[in-house]
Amino acid sequence: MPLDIEARVIQNTRLSPDYNVITLAAPEIAAATKPGQFVMVRSSHGSDPLLRRPFSVFEIIRSNGRVEGLSLLSKRVGVTTRLLFDAVYGDVISCLGPLGRPFETVAPPTAAWMVAGGVGLAPFATLTEALQQRGTQTTLFYGARTGAELFYLNWFTARGVRVVLSTEDGSMGERGRIIAPLEHALRQNHGDVMLYACGPERMLETVSRVSSKYKTPAQVSVERVMGCGMGGCYSCVIPVRQPDGGRHYVRSCLAGPVFSAADLVWD
Amino acid sequence: MDLSVEIGTLRLSNPLIAASGCYGYGVEYADAVDLSTLGAIASKGLFLAPREGHPPERIVETPSGMLNAIGLQGIGVHRYVAEKLPELRRLGATNIINICGSTLDEYVELARILSDAEGVHALELNISCPNIKEGGITFGCSLHGTFDVVSAVRKVTRLPVIPKLTPNVTDVASIARAAEDAGADAVSLVNTFLAMAIDVETRRPRLSNIVGGLSGPAIRPIAVRMVYECRRAVKIPVIGMGGIMSAVDALEFIIAGATAVQVGTANFVDPFIWSRLTAGIEEYMQRHGLQRVADLVGSIDTGTREREWVSS
Repeated sequence: MPLDIEARVIQNTRLSPDYNVITLAAPEIAAATKPGQFVMVRSSHGSDPLLRRPFSVFEIIRSNGRVEGLSLLSKRVGVTTRLLFDAVYGDVISCLGPLGRPFETVAPPTAAWMVAGGVGLAPFATLTEALQQRGTQTTLFYGARTGAELFYLNWFTARGVRVVLSTEDGSMGERGRIIAPLEHALRQNHGDVMLYACGPERMLETVSRVSSKYKTPAQVSVERVMGCGMGGCYSCVIPVRQPDGGRHYVRSCLAGPVFSAADLVWD
Repeated sequence: MDLSVEIGTLRLSNPLIAASGCYGYGVEYADAVDLSTLGAIASKGLFLAPREGHPPERIVETPSGMLNAIGLQGIGVHRYVAEKLPELRRLGATNIINICGSTLDEYVELARILSDAEGVHALELNISCPNIKEGGITFGCSLHGTFDVVSAVRKVTRLPVIPKLTPNVTDVASIARAAEDAGADAVSLVNTFLAMAIDVETRRPRLSNIVGGLSGPAIRPIAVRMVYECRRAVKIPVIGMGGIMSAVDALEFIIAGATAVQVGTANFVDPFIWSRLTAGIEEYMQRHGLQRVADLVGSIDTGTREREWVSS
């Protein structure tokens, strides 16, 4: 059951001129969140912006073994993300969740390869923790525009995650998109692998294509324009393959945001 | 305190109804909300057959509102009766089924099917969706069309019949009168206002359907005015909606003449809004020494400032 909590901002760390990690005191939501699930955030109590916006839960924040809250990784692109960027300690942000279908974690001998593009890093901190608990060997393929927009690298390496990087300007890791190093690794791979991907839809589409090409299953987390996050509005639909070969729109808030790549139809 | 209201033969425990198209089939919210505490749930619009709806983008936010062009994606009446109604009955929901047709015959067929199904409490006739070309709106935009649909459905059902009216007409009160003349038990209004938004950078419409329906607090004053006009034009109950976000907003509609109200867009923002609305209405009634919410309906005090242009 989702909860709606008027959460205080415990911390708001600016990672760059556009990115921030905001920590919200919503322990009940955090404690119930599974990797890949999201919350609907309302940053204003007026009618501008009117609707909530979906965010993957980034970290579950614990202190002395107790869950204190959750954090969101946000990139400033619109009204709500600007308000999240500017929020200060003590501000109240309404947080509804946890919502959506989570990732399914794999266990050894299957390895987990997470593929993140930009702010698509968001669901992979909680996923990493869940995978580590199962002892799953985990790799993060992480691409951004520049090295200055690759965040939390120490967080992942400290947890034993192998990190493969790419930047569009070549300032860190391989130059170009993250797909090239991913495909290179898939070509040389002989073991069982589950791909997990989150990022721009074009990246997800490409991950789905290489997933099929290398016969490696993939779970992708999509982001569609979402009105309610609860299945009420039917705005966040995405086409999925039907057994008869046709396609059918399903609500990404209920059937997703995590889908098996093989089920999705890319326009 | 008595929050109950009557819509024809249908008695609602309170005047708060989840608006069609804004609450899925109701069951989506069963984890979060005790559905039996709502006055009623107006189902997502149902055709006879399933529909895929429009491609994304289906919604866009606008100042104090949102545009939608979902295109009535839905499972069709047969799956609704088989899969959703039993669950809604088990949960104790009061169900107003919103039906949409491309033809008069389709409305009649839907009314027949639903009249035979258990757990259906009323029919809301969608003759006002602005987002699809076929049927619906073509009936709701004319006096004859409205009269014809309502009387055709009236002949085949004993359920309360509630045509949902479009605000995209010159004189909504005359449409309400046509509905009353045809035997409607109530009218509900307003559906959304036909509107559009354009991304100036790409020069593309923000919705795949180009145009969509505007809802949310942006439309509320227009909706209140239309409810007021209809209340003065007909004797049957008026169900009001349009941008209700708070108990005060709901009371505004009720005082303007709404016997019950529907809440749509606000539910997207706050799925737990229902208890807040109920508490706010009760607080108001207590403060004003009122026992029955029904006594508030149409209690607007215009004094001597009657508006002559309001059709009578």
